[in-house]
Amino acid sequence: MSCWETIADYALRSQGIGAKLLPRTDFTLCQQVTLIGSGMIWNIYFGVFSLVSGFLLATAVALGKASQTYWIRKPSEWFVFVFRGSPLFVQFFFAYFLFLTLKQSVPAMAPFTSAWLGALTVLFLNTAAYSAEIFYGALLSVPKGDTEAADSYGMSGWPRFRRIVWPTMLRLAWPAYTNEAIFLFHATTLVFFSGFPATGQQGDALYYASYFADKTFNPFVPYPILAGYFILLTLIIIGLFGLVNRGLNKHLPQDRRTRLRYRPLVIR
Amino acid sequence: MCSDPDTLSGLSWLLCYLTTVKHLSLYWALGTVLLLLAVTAPAALLFGFFGAVAARSHFPPLSWIGRGYIAIVRGVPDIAFFMFFVIALDQGIEWVRHQIKCPDWDLPIRQGSDFLVCPQAKMPLSTSPQWVHEVYGFWIAAFTFAIVFGAFAANVLYGAMRAVPHSQIETAEAYGMSRRQTFWRVLVPQMWVFALPGLSNLWMVLIKATPLLFLLGVKDIVYWARELGGTKTPQFTDYPHGDWRMWYFFGLLVFYLLFTRVSELALDRIMARLTRGQATMGGERQRKAAA
Repeated sequence: MSCWETIADYALRSQGIGAKLLPRTDFTLCQQVTLIGSGMIWNIYFGVFSLVSGFLLATAVALGKASQTYWIRKPSEWFVFVFRGSPLFVQFFFAYFLFLTLKQSVPAMAPFTSAWLGALTVLFLNTAAYSAEIFYGALLSVPKGDTEAADSYGMSGWPRFRRIVWPTMLRLAWPAYTNEAIFLFHATTLVFFSGFPATGQQGDALYYASYFADKTFNPFVPYPILAGYFILLTLIIIGLFGLVNRGLNKHLPQDRRTRLRYRPLVIR
Repeated sequence: MCSDPDTLSGLSWLLCYLTTVKHLSLYWALGTVLLLLAVTAPAALLFGFFGAVAARSHFPPLSWIGRGYIAIVRGVPDIAFFMFFVIALDQGIEWVRHQIKCPDWDLPIRQGSDFLVCPQAKMPLSTSPQWVHEVYGFWIAAFTFAIVFGAFAANVLYGAMRAVPHSQIETAEAYGMSRRQTFWRVLVPQMWVFALPGLSNLWMVLIKATPLLFLLGVKDIVYWARELGGTKTPQFTDYPHGDWRMWYFFGLLVFYLLFTRVSELALDRIMARLTRGQATMGGERQRKAAA
Protein backbone atom coordinates (compact mmCIF):
# COMPACT_ATOMS: atom_id res chain seq x y z
CA MET A 1 0.00 0.00 0.00
CA SER A 2 1.54 3.27 -1.08
CA CYS A 3 1.61 6.34 1.04
CA TRP A 4 -0.99 8.09 -1.13
CA GLU A 5 -3.47 5.31 -0.52
CA THR A 6 -2.80 5.57 3.20
CA ILE A 7 -3.50 9.27 3.09
CA ALA A 8 -6.72 8.68 1.18
CA ASP A 9 -7.77 6.10 3.75
CA TYR A 10 -6.80 7.84 6.94
CA ALA A 11 -6.50 11.59 6.40
CA LEU A 12 -10.07 12.14 7.57
CA ARG A 13 -10.31 9.06 9.75
CA SER A 14 -10.80 11.13 12.89
CA GLN A 15 -14.05 12.41 11.40
CA GLY A 16 -15.22 8.91 10.54
CA ILE A 17 -14.45 9.26 6.82
CA GLY A 18 -12.23 6.69 5.12
CA ALA A 19 -11.09 3.24 6.23
CA LYS A 20 -13.17 1.68 9.00
CA LEU A 21 -10.43 -0.14 10.86
CA LEU A 22 -7.27 1.36 12.22
CA PRO A 23 -4.03 -0.29 11.09
CA ARG A 24 -3.19 -3.26 13.33
CA THR A 25 0.13 -4.67 12.21
CA ASP A 26 3.13 -3.56 10.18
CA PHE A 27 2.77 0.09 11.07
CA THR A 28 4.44 2.37 8.57
CA LEU A 29 5.73 5.83 9.26
CA CYS A 30 3.29 7.17 6.70
CA GLN A 31 0.34 5.68 8.60
CA GLN A 32 1.47 7.22 11.84
CA VAL A 33 2.01 10.67 10.35
CA THR A 34 -1.32 10.60 8.52
CA LEU A 35 -3.42 9.32 11.37
CA ILE A 36 -1.93 11.60 14.00
CA GLY A 37 -2.36 14.50 11.60
CA SER A 38 -5.95 13.47 11.12
CA GLY A 39 -6.42 13.66 14.87
CA MET A 40 -5.17 17.24 14.83
CA ILE A 41 -8.50 18.20 13.22
CA TRP A 42 -10.12 17.65 16.62
CA ASN A 43 -7.48 19.67 18.44
CA ILE A 44 -7.94 22.57 16.05
CA TYR A 45 -11.73 22.30 16.24
CA PHE A 46 -11.76 22.42 20.05
CA GLY A 47 -9.12 25.13 20.19
CA VAL A 48 -10.62 27.51 17.65
CA PHE A 49 -14.23 27.32 18.80
CA SER A 50 -13.53 27.57 22.51
CA LEU A 51 -11.07 30.40 21.97
CA VAL A 52 -13.51 32.49 19.94
CA SER A 53 -16.49 31.93 22.22
CA GLY A 54 -14.32 32.16 25.35
CA PHE A 55 -13.02 35.53 24.25
CA LEU A 56 -16.46 37.12 24.49
CA LEU A 57 -17.30 35.63 27.86
CA ALA A 58 -13.83 36.53 29.15
CA THR A 59 -14.33 40.20 28.32
CA ALA A 60 -17.66 40.17 30.14
CA VAL A 61 -16.20 38.40 33.20
CA ALA A 62 -13.19 40.73 33.32
CA LEU A 63 -15.53 43.72 33.37
CA GLY A 64 -17.62 41.95 35.99
CA LYS A 65 -14.57 41.45 38.18
CA ALA A 66 -13.74 45.14 37.92
CA SER A 67 -17.32 46.13 38.65
CA GLN A 68 -18.26 48.21 41.71
CA THR A 69 -21.46 46.25 42.24
CA TYR A 70 -21.07 43.44 44.76
CA TRP A 71 -23.54 41.10 43.06
CA ILE A 72 -21.71 41.33 39.76
CA ARG A 73 -18.19 41.24 41.16
CA LYS A 74 -18.55 38.24 43.47
CA PRO A 75 -19.94 35.75 40.90
CA SER A 76 -17.25 36.80 38.44
CA GLU A 77 -14.54 36.25 41.05
CA TRP A 78 -15.94 32.86 41.94
CA PHE A 79 -16.21 31.83 38.32
CA VAL A 80 -12.54 32.64 37.76
CA PHE A 81 -11.47 30.98 41.00
CA VAL A 82 -13.37 27.73 40.35
CA PHE A 83 -12.04 27.25 36.84
CA ARG A 84 -8.50 28.41 37.54
CA GLY A 85 -8.19 26.71 40.90
CA SER A 86 -9.01 23.18 39.86
CA PRO A 87 -7.43 20.86 37.30
CA LEU A 88 -8.95 20.87 33.84
CA PHE A 89 -8.73 17.10 33.89
CA VAL A 90 -11.07 16.85 36.89
CA GLN A 91 -13.35 19.48 35.36
CA PHE A 92 -13.71 17.30 32.28
CA PHE A 93 -14.60 14.26 34.35
CA PHE A 94 -17.05 16.17 36.52
CA ALA A 95 -18.73 17.77 33.52
CA TYR A 96 -19.02 14.45 31.71
CA PHE A 97 -20.73 12.72 34.62
CA LEU A 98 -22.84 15.78 35.30
CA PHE A 99 -24.09 15.71 31.71
CA LEU A 100 -24.71 11.97 31.98
CA THR A 101 -26.87 12.52 35.06
CA LEU A 102 -28.73 15.42 33.51
CA LYS A 103 -29.39 13.43 30.38
CA GLN A 104 -31.57 11.02 32.33
CA SER A 105 -34.04 13.75 33.27
CA VAL A 106 -33.58 16.06 30.28
CA PRO A 107 -33.11 14.07 27.05
CA ALA A 108 -32.15 17.26 25.21
CA MET A 109 -28.85 17.16 27.11
CA ALA A 110 -27.75 14.06 25.18
CA PRO A 111 -25.37 15.88 22.78
CA PHE A 112 -23.46 17.22 25.77
CA THR A 113 -22.30 13.72 26.68
CA SER A 114 -20.30 13.49 23.48
CA ALA A 115 -16.99 15.25 23.12
CA TRP A 116 -17.82 17.66 20.32
CA LEU A 117 -20.23 19.63 22.50
CA GLY A 118 -19.56 18.58 26.09
CA ALA A 119 -15.79 18.95 26.05
CA LEU A 120 -16.14 22.12 24.02
CA THR A 121 -18.36 23.58 26.75
CA VAL A 122 -15.78 22.81 29.43
CA LEU A 123 -12.94 24.24 27.36
CA PHE A 124 -15.03 27.32 26.61
CA LEU A 125 -15.69 28.02 30.29
CA ASN A 126 -12.12 27.17 31.24
CA THR A 127 -10.45 29.43 28.72
CA ALA A 128 -12.96 32.17 29.52
CA ALA A 129 -11.83 32.06 33.16
CA TYR A 130 -8.11 32.12 32.36
CA SER A 131 -8.50 34.87 29.75
CA ALA A 132 -10.75 36.86 32.08
CA GLU A 133 -7.96 36.96 34.64
CA ILE A 134 -5.54 38.20 31.96
CA PHE A 135 -8.00 40.82 30.71
CA TYR A 136 -8.78 41.90 34.26
CA GLY A 137 -5.11 42.51 34.93
CA ALA A 138 -4.82 44.48 31.70
CA LEU A 139 -7.98 46.45 32.50
CA LEU A 140 -6.43 47.60 35.76
CA SER A 141 -3.30 48.80 33.97
CA VAL A 142 -5.09 50.92 31.37
CA PRO A 143 -3.36 54.30 31.83
CA LYS A 144 -5.37 56.82 33.81
CA GLY A 145 -4.55 59.49 31.23
CA ASP A 146 -6.44 57.58 28.53
CA THR A 147 -9.71 57.53 30.45
CA GLU A 148 -9.26 61.13 31.56
CA ALA A 149 -8.81 62.14 27.94
CA ALA A 150 -11.97 60.24 27.03
CA ASP A 151 -13.83 62.01 29.83
CA SER A 152 -12.70 65.42 28.65
CA TYR A 153 -13.95 64.63 25.15
CA GLY A 154 -17.32 63.94 26.71
CA MET A 155 -17.24 60.20 26.07
CA SER A 156 -18.93 57.90 28.49
CA GLY A 157 -20.50 54.46 28.75
CA TRP A 158 -20.35 52.25 25.71
CA PRO A 159 -18.42 54.56 23.30
CA ARG A 160 -15.78 55.15 25.96
CA PHE A 161 -15.37 51.43 26.52
CA ARG A 162 -15.52 50.50 22.85
CA ARG A 163 -13.12 53.13 21.59
CA ILE A 164 -10.72 53.81 24.47
CA VAL A 165 -10.66 51.18 27.22
CA TRP A 166 -11.17 48.02 25.21
CA PRO A 167 -8.43 48.53 22.57
CA THR A 168 -5.88 49.45 25.22
CA MET A 169 -6.90 46.53 27.40
CA LEU A 170 -6.50 44.14 24.48
CA ARG A 171 -3.16 45.64 23.55
CA LEU A 172 -1.80 45.22 27.06
CA ALA A 173 -3.25 41.73 27.45
CA TRP A 174 -2.27 40.43 24.03
CA PRO A 175 1.15 38.85 24.78
CA ALA A 176 -0.27 36.97 27.76
CA TYR A 177 -3.37 36.08 25.79
CA THR A 178 -1.22 34.55 23.06
CA ASN A 179 0.28 32.17 25.61
CA GLU A 180 -3.19 31.35 26.85
CA ALA A 181 -4.21 30.45 23.29
CA ILE A 182 -1.19 28.18 22.88
CA PHE A 183 -1.94 26.40 26.12
CA LEU A 184 -5.56 26.04 25.28
CA PHE A 185 -4.54 24.13 22.17
CA HIS A 186 -2.24 21.95 24.24
CA ALA A 187 -5.03 21.34 26.73
CA THR A 188 -7.30 20.00 24.01
CA THR A 189 -5.24 16.80 24.06
CA LEU A 190 -6.81 15.92 27.42
CA VAL A 191 -10.34 15.56 26.04
CA PHE A 192 -10.33 11.93 24.99
CA PHE A 193 -8.48 10.79 28.11
CA SER A 194 -11.03 12.21 30.48
CA GLY A 195 -14.28 10.31 30.24
CA PHE A 196 -15.52 11.67 26.95
CA PRO A 197 -15.62 8.59 24.72
CA ALA A 198 -13.94 8.50 21.33
CA THR A 199 -16.75 6.79 19.42
CA GLY A 200 -15.59 4.54 16.62
CA GLN A 201 -11.97 5.31 17.46
CA GLN A 202 -12.37 8.85 16.21
CA GLY A 203 -10.02 10.69 18.49
CA ASP A 204 -7.55 13.53 18.59
CA ALA A 205 -3.84 13.54 17.81
CA LEU A 206 -2.75 12.29 21.22
CA TYR A 207 -5.36 9.55 21.11
CA TYR A 208 -3.80 8.14 17.94
CA ALA A 209 -0.25 8.73 19.14
CA SER A 210 -0.91 6.69 22.28
CA TYR A 211 -2.69 4.08 20.17
CA PHE A 212 0.49 3.60 18.14
CA ALA A 213 2.70 3.70 21.23
CA ASP A 214 0.56 1.00 22.85
CA LYS A 215 0.57 -1.21 19.77
CA THR A 216 4.24 -0.92 18.87
CA PHE A 217 5.72 -0.55 22.36
CA ASN A 218 7.81 2.14 20.75
CA PRO A 219 7.16 5.68 21.98
CA PHE A 220 10.05 7.11 19.99
CA VAL A 221 8.12 7.45 16.75
CA PRO A 222 4.51 8.57 17.44
CA TYR A 223 5.24 11.10 20.19
CA PRO A 224 7.89 13.03 18.25
CA ILE A 225 5.45 13.15 15.31
CA LEU A 226 2.82 14.56 17.67
CA ALA A 227 5.39 17.02 19.02
CA GLY A 228 6.21 18.12 15.48
CA TYR A 229 2.56 18.83 14.71
CA PHE A 230 2.15 20.81 17.89
CA ILE A 231 5.28 22.87 17.35
CA LEU A 232 3.95 23.69 13.89
CA LEU A 233 0.57 24.64 15.35
CA THR A 234 2.27 26.78 18.00
CA LEU A 235 4.25 28.63 15.33
CA ILE A 236 1.06 29.29 13.34
CA ILE A 237 -0.69 30.65 16.42
CA ILE A 238 2.25 32.89 17.24
CA GLY A 239 2.23 34.14 13.63
CA LEU A 240 -1.50 34.90 13.58
CA PHE A 241 -1.52 36.52 17.00
CA GLY A 242 1.56 38.49 16.00
CA LEU A 243 -0.39 40.02 13.11
CA VAL A 244 -3.18 41.08 15.47
CA ASN A 245 -0.58 42.40 17.88
CA ARG A 246 0.86 44.57 15.13
CA GLY A 247 -2.58 45.96 14.42
CA LEU A 248 -3.20 46.71 18.08
CA ASN A 249 0.14 48.51 18.40
CA LYS A 250 0.25 50.40 15.13
CA HIS A 251 -0.57 53.81 16.59
CA LEU A 252 2.39 53.68 18.97
CA PRO A 253 5.96 54.83 18.28
CA GLN A 254 8.30 51.91 17.51
CA ASP A 255 10.06 51.74 20.86
CA ARG A 256 6.87 51.63 22.94
CA ARG A 257 5.31 48.70 21.13
CA THR A 258 4.88 45.54 23.14
CA ARG A 259 6.54 42.57 21.55
CA LEU A 260 5.15 39.08 21.68
CA ARG A 261 7.26 36.79 23.76
CA TYR A 262 6.49 33.15 23.96
CA ARG A 263 6.55 32.45 27.68
CA PRO A 264 4.80 29.16 28.32
CA LEU A 265 3.17 28.57 31.66
CA VAL A 266 2.34 24.92 31.39
CA ILE A 267 -0.75 22.91 32.16
CA ARG A 268 -3.85 24.05 33.83
CA MET B 1 -22.11 -0.32 64.20
CA CYS B 2 -21.45 -0.84 60.52
CA SER B 3 -21.90 -4.61 60.65
CA ASP B 4 -25.43 -4.55 59.23
CA PRO B 5 -25.75 -1.72 56.68
CA ASP B 6 -29.31 -2.65 55.67
CA THR B 7 -30.68 -1.41 58.95
CA LEU B 8 -28.85 1.89 58.81
CA SER B 9 -30.23 5.07 57.35
CA GLY B 10 -29.37 8.71 56.84
CA LEU B 11 -26.19 10.04 58.32
CA SER B 12 -25.02 6.83 59.98
CA TRP B 13 -25.39 4.97 56.67
CA LEU B 14 -23.29 7.63 54.99
CA LEU B 15 -20.66 7.50 57.71
CA CYS B 16 -20.38 3.74 57.43
CA TYR B 17 -20.37 3.99 53.65
CA LEU B 18 -17.54 6.50 53.62
CA THR B 19 -15.36 4.32 55.84
CA THR B 20 -15.46 1.09 53.85
CA VAL B 21 -12.14 -0.51 52.95
CA LYS B 22 -12.36 0.77 49.38
CA HIS B 23 -12.91 4.31 50.55
CA LEU B 24 -9.81 4.03 52.66
CA SER B 25 -7.96 3.37 49.40
CA LEU B 26 -9.38 6.62 48.08
CA TYR B 27 -8.09 8.53 51.11
CA TRP B 28 -4.79 6.72 50.74
CA ALA B 29 -4.67 7.93 47.14
CA LEU B 30 -5.15 11.50 48.37
CA GLY B 31 -2.06 10.86 50.47
CA THR B 32 -0.30 9.64 47.32
CA VAL B 33 -1.02 12.99 45.67
CA LEU B 34 0.50 14.81 48.63
CA LEU B 35 3.49 12.46 48.59
CA LEU B 36 3.94 13.07 44.88
CA LEU B 37 3.95 16.82 45.47
CA ALA B 38 6.35 16.47 48.39
CA VAL B 39 8.77 14.42 46.27
CA THR B 40 8.38 16.26 42.99
CA ALA B 41 8.59 19.86 44.13
CA PRO B 42 12.12 19.69 45.64
CA ALA B 43 13.34 17.35 42.90
CA ALA B 44 12.03 19.65 40.17
CA LEU B 45 13.62 22.62 41.92
CA LEU B 46 16.94 20.77 41.97
CA PHE B 47 16.70 19.81 38.29
CA GLY B 48 15.66 23.36 37.51
CA PHE B 49 18.62 24.76 39.40
CA PHE B 50 21.07 22.55 37.53
CA GLY B 51 19.32 23.32 34.25
CA ALA B 52 19.57 27.05 34.84
CA VAL B 53 23.23 26.85 35.91
CA ALA B 54 24.01 24.76 32.85
CA ALA B 55 22.22 27.21 30.57
CA ARG B 56 24.28 30.06 32.05
CA SER B 57 27.54 28.19 31.68
CA HIS B 58 30.35 29.65 29.59
CA PHE B 59 31.23 26.19 28.33
CA PRO B 60 29.18 25.89 25.10
CA PRO B 61 28.20 22.18 25.15
CA LEU B 62 26.95 22.48 28.73
CA SER B 63 25.06 25.62 27.89
CA TRP B 64 23.46 23.90 24.89
CA ILE B 65 22.33 21.02 27.08
CA GLY B 66 20.79 23.45 29.56
CA ARG B 67 19.06 25.51 26.89
CA GLY B 68 17.92 22.43 25.02
CA TYR B 69 16.42 20.99 28.20
CA ILE B 70 14.47 24.19 28.80
CA ALA B 71 13.41 24.58 25.18
CA ILE B 72 12.38 21.02 24.51
CA VAL B 73 9.61 20.93 27.08
CA ARG B 74 8.06 24.08 25.60
CA GLY B 75 5.86 23.92 22.57
CA VAL B 76 4.74 20.36 23.17
CA PRO B 77 1.65 19.42 25.21
CA ASP B 78 2.85 18.24 28.57
CA ILE B 79 0.71 15.15 28.76
CA ALA B 80 2.35 13.97 25.57
CA PHE B 81 5.58 14.38 27.51
CA PHE B 82 4.29 12.48 30.48
CA MET B 83 3.11 9.60 28.36
CA PHE B 84 6.31 9.55 26.34
CA PHE B 85 8.68 9.73 29.29
CA VAL B 86 7.09 6.96 31.29
CA ILE B 87 7.52 4.43 28.51
CA ALA B 88 10.90 5.76 27.43
CA LEU B 89 12.22 5.72 30.99
CA ASP B 90 10.90 2.25 31.66
CA GLN B 91 12.48 0.90 28.49
CA GLY B 92 15.70 2.80 29.14
CA ILE B 93 16.11 1.23 32.58
CA GLU B 94 15.36 -2.24 31.26
CA TRP B 95 17.78 -1.74 28.38
CA VAL B 96 20.61 -0.74 30.73
CA ARG B 97 19.89 -3.68 33.05
CA HIS B 98 19.78 -5.93 30.03
CA GLN B 99 23.25 -4.79 28.91
CA ILE B 100 24.65 -5.42 32.37
CA LYS B 101 22.90 -8.62 33.38
CA CYS B 102 22.71 -10.53 30.10
CA PRO B 103 25.78 -9.70 28.01
CA ASP B 104 25.44 -13.05 26.17
CA TRP B 105 21.88 -12.43 24.99
CA ASP B 106 22.02 -12.53 21.18
CA LEU B 107 18.39 -11.86 20.19
CA PRO B 108 17.56 -8.29 19.16
CA ILE B 109 15.67 -6.30 21.78
CA ARG B 110 13.26 -4.67 19.34
CA GLN B 111 11.56 -7.51 17.51
CA GLY B 112 9.05 -5.91 15.19
CA SER B 113 6.65 -4.27 17.57
CA ASP B 114 7.90 -5.93 20.76
CA PHE B 115 10.37 -4.75 23.31
CA LEU B 116 12.03 -7.87 24.73
CA VAL B 117 14.77 -8.00 27.32
CA CYS B 118 15.99 -11.07 29.16
CA PRO B 119 13.81 -12.07 32.14
CA GLN B 120 16.45 -11.09 34.71
CA ALA B 121 16.47 -7.56 33.37
CA LYS B 122 12.72 -7.01 33.75
CA MET B 123 11.93 -4.10 36.02
CA PRO B 124 10.43 -4.99 38.41
CA LEU B 125 10.98 -8.74 38.11
CA SER B 126 7.88 -10.59 37.00
CA THR B 127 8.09 -12.65 40.18
CA SER B 128 7.87 -9.69 42.54
CA PRO B 129 4.60 -9.03 44.39
CA GLN B 130 1.96 -6.58 43.26
CA TRP B 131 2.93 -3.79 45.63
CA VAL B 132 6.45 -3.66 44.18
CA HIS B 133 4.93 -2.99 40.76
CA GLU B 134 2.77 -0.22 42.18
CA VAL B 135 5.61 1.43 44.07
CA TYR B 136 7.84 1.22 41.00
CA GLY B 137 5.10 2.77 38.86
CA PHE B 138 4.74 5.60 41.34
CA TRP B 139 8.46 6.38 41.32
CA ILE B 140 8.68 6.34 37.56
CA ALA B 141 5.77 8.77 37.49
CA ALA B 142 7.32 10.98 40.16
CA PHE B 143 10.60 11.06 38.26
CA THR B 144 8.78 12.00 35.06
CA PHE B 145 6.98 14.83 36.83
CA ALA B 146 10.29 16.04 38.22
CA ILE B 147 11.95 16.07 34.80
CA VAL B 148 9.11 17.94 33.11
CA PHE B 149 8.61 20.43 35.91
CA GLY B 150 12.36 20.76 36.31
CA ALA B 151 12.45 22.28 32.83
CA PHE B 152 9.82 24.83 33.76
CA ALA B 153 11.64 25.60 37.01
CA ALA B 154 14.89 25.96 35.08
CA ASN B 155 13.19 28.52 32.88
CA VAL B 156 12.00 30.49 35.89
CA LEU B 157 15.34 30.33 37.73
CA TYR B 158 17.26 31.26 34.60
CA GLY B 159 15.15 34.39 34.31
CA ALA B 160 15.51 35.13 38.02
CA MET B 161 19.30 34.89 37.88
CA ARG B 162 19.33 37.43 35.11
CA ALA B 163 16.96 39.69 37.04
CA VAL B 164 19.36 40.21 39.94
CA PRO B 165 20.64 43.80 39.52
CA HIS B 166 23.94 43.75 37.73
CA SER B 167 25.48 46.28 40.11
CA GLN B 168 25.25 43.65 42.86
CA ILE B 169 27.48 41.33 40.84
CA GLU B 170 29.86 44.14 39.98
CA THR B 171 30.13 45.11 43.62
CA ALA B 172 30.95 41.53 44.55
CA GLU B 173 33.66 41.45 41.91
CA ALA B 174 35.02 44.78 43.13
CA TYR B 175 35.43 43.18 46.55
CA GLY B 176 37.60 40.56 44.88
CA MET B 177 35.21 37.63 45.07
CA SER B 178 35.81 34.81 42.61
CA ARG B 179 33.09 33.77 40.17
CA ARG B 180 32.10 30.89 42.42
CA GLN B 181 31.89 33.10 45.50
CA THR B 182 29.87 35.70 43.63
CA PHE B 183 27.49 33.01 42.51
CA TRP B 184 26.90 31.41 45.91
CA ARG B 185 27.08 34.47 48.14
CA VAL B 186 25.44 37.16 46.04
CA LEU B 187 23.48 35.75 43.15
CA VAL B 188 21.79 32.73 44.71
CA PRO B 189 20.56 34.44 47.90
CA GLN B 190 19.11 37.33 45.92
CA MET B 191 17.49 35.48 43.07
CA TRP B 192 14.69 33.88 45.09
CA VAL B 193 12.58 36.98 45.38
CA PHE B 194 12.60 37.28 41.59
CA ALA B 195 11.95 33.59 41.15
CA LEU B 196 9.10 33.28 43.63
CA PRO B 197 6.22 34.61 41.51
CA GLY B 198 7.19 32.18 38.76
CA LEU B 199 7.77 29.32 41.18
CA SER B 200 4.46 29.85 42.96
CA ASN B 201 2.72 29.79 39.63
CA LEU B 202 4.55 26.56 38.91
CA TRP B 203 3.45 25.10 42.24
CA MET B 204 -0.19 25.85 41.39
CA VAL B 205 0.31 24.21 38.03
CA LEU B 206 1.96 21.22 39.68
CA ILE B 207 -1.02 20.78 42.01
CA LYS B 208 -3.31 20.86 39.03
CA ALA B 209 -1.17 18.37 37.15
CA THR B 210 -1.44 15.67 39.81
CA PRO B 211 -4.61 14.07 38.40
CA LEU B 212 -2.54 13.20 35.33
CA LEU B 213 -1.04 10.42 37.46
CA PHE B 214 -4.10 8.52 36.33
CA LEU B 215 -2.83 8.55 32.76
CA LEU B 216 0.50 7.16 33.90
CA GLY B 217 -1.18 4.04 35.20
CA VAL B 218 -1.07 4.85 38.91
CA LYS B 219 -4.21 4.02 40.90
CA ASP B 220 -4.79 7.59 41.99
CA ILE B 221 -7.80 9.59 43.13
CA VAL B 222 -9.28 9.81 39.66
CA TYR B 223 -9.13 6.03 39.37
CA TRP B 224 -10.82 5.51 42.73
CA ALA B 225 -13.43 8.20 42.13
CA ARG B 226 -14.49 6.42 38.95
CA GLU B 227 -14.33 3.05 40.61
CA LEU B 228 -16.29 3.92 43.75
CA GLY B 229 -18.77 6.25 42.11
CA GLY B 230 -20.07 3.75 39.56
CA THR B 231 -23.45 2.11 40.07
CA LYS B 232 -23.36 -0.63 42.70
CA THR B 233 -25.96 -3.36 42.80
CA PRO B 234 -26.93 -5.23 46.02
CA GLN B 235 -25.34 -8.46 44.79
CA PHE B 236 -21.84 -7.06 45.02
CA THR B 237 -21.91 -4.66 47.91
CA ASP B 238 -23.63 -3.94 51.19
CA TYR B 239 -24.04 -0.33 50.17
CA PRO B 240 -25.91 -0.28 46.84
CA HIS B 241 -26.27 3.07 45.13
CA GLY B 242 -26.79 4.59 41.69
CA ASP B 243 -24.27 6.40 39.54
CA TRP B 244 -22.57 8.76 41.96
CA ARG B 245 -19.47 9.51 39.93
CA MET B 246 -20.61 13.08 39.48
CA TRP B 247 -20.53 13.60 43.24
CA TYR B 248 -17.15 11.97 43.62
CA PHE B 249 -15.65 14.27 41.03
CA PHE B 250 -17.40 17.18 42.66
CA GLY B 251 -15.58 16.18 45.84
CA LEU B 252 -12.27 16.11 43.99
CA LEU B 253 -13.00 19.55 42.57
CA VAL B 254 -13.59 20.90 46.07
CA PHE B 255 -10.43 19.19 47.33
CA TYR B 256 -8.34 20.90 44.66
CA LEU B 257 -9.98 24.28 45.18
CA LEU B 258 -9.25 24.13 48.91
CA PHE B 259 -5.69 23.05 48.26
CA THR B 260 -5.17 25.92 45.81
CA ARG B 261 -6.61 28.43 48.24
CA VAL B 262 -4.41 27.27 51.13
CA SER B 263 -1.35 27.37 48.86
CA GLU B 264 -2.18 30.90 47.76
CA LEU B 265 -2.32 32.10 51.33
CA ALA B 266 0.93 30.33 52.26
CA LEU B 267 2.78 31.66 49.22
CA ASP B 268 1.67 35.20 50.00
CA ARG B 269 3.33 34.89 53.40
CA ILE B 270 6.54 33.49 51.92
CA MET B 271 6.62 36.34 49.42
CA ALA B 272 6.24 38.88 52.20
CA ARG B 273 9.12 37.23 54.08
CA LEU B 274 11.43 37.14 51.04
CA THR B 275 10.67 40.72 50.09
CA ARG B 276 11.97 42.00 53.43
CA GLY B 277 15.05 44.16 52.95
CA GLN B 278 15.16 43.73 49.16
CA ALA B 279 15.87 46.60 46.83
CA THR B 280 12.55 46.20 45.04
CA MET B 281 9.27 48.13 45.04
CA GLY B 282 7.74 45.55 47.35
CA GLY B 283 10.61 45.82 49.77
CA GLU B 284 10.38 49.60 49.74
CA ARG B 285 6.66 49.46 50.46
CA GLN B 286 7.25 47.13 53.41
CA ARG B 287 9.92 49.43 54.80
CA LYS B 288 7.61 52.44 54.58
CA ALA B 289 4.72 50.58 56.17
CA ALA B 290 6.92 49.59 59.11
CA ALA B 291 8.35 53.07 59.60
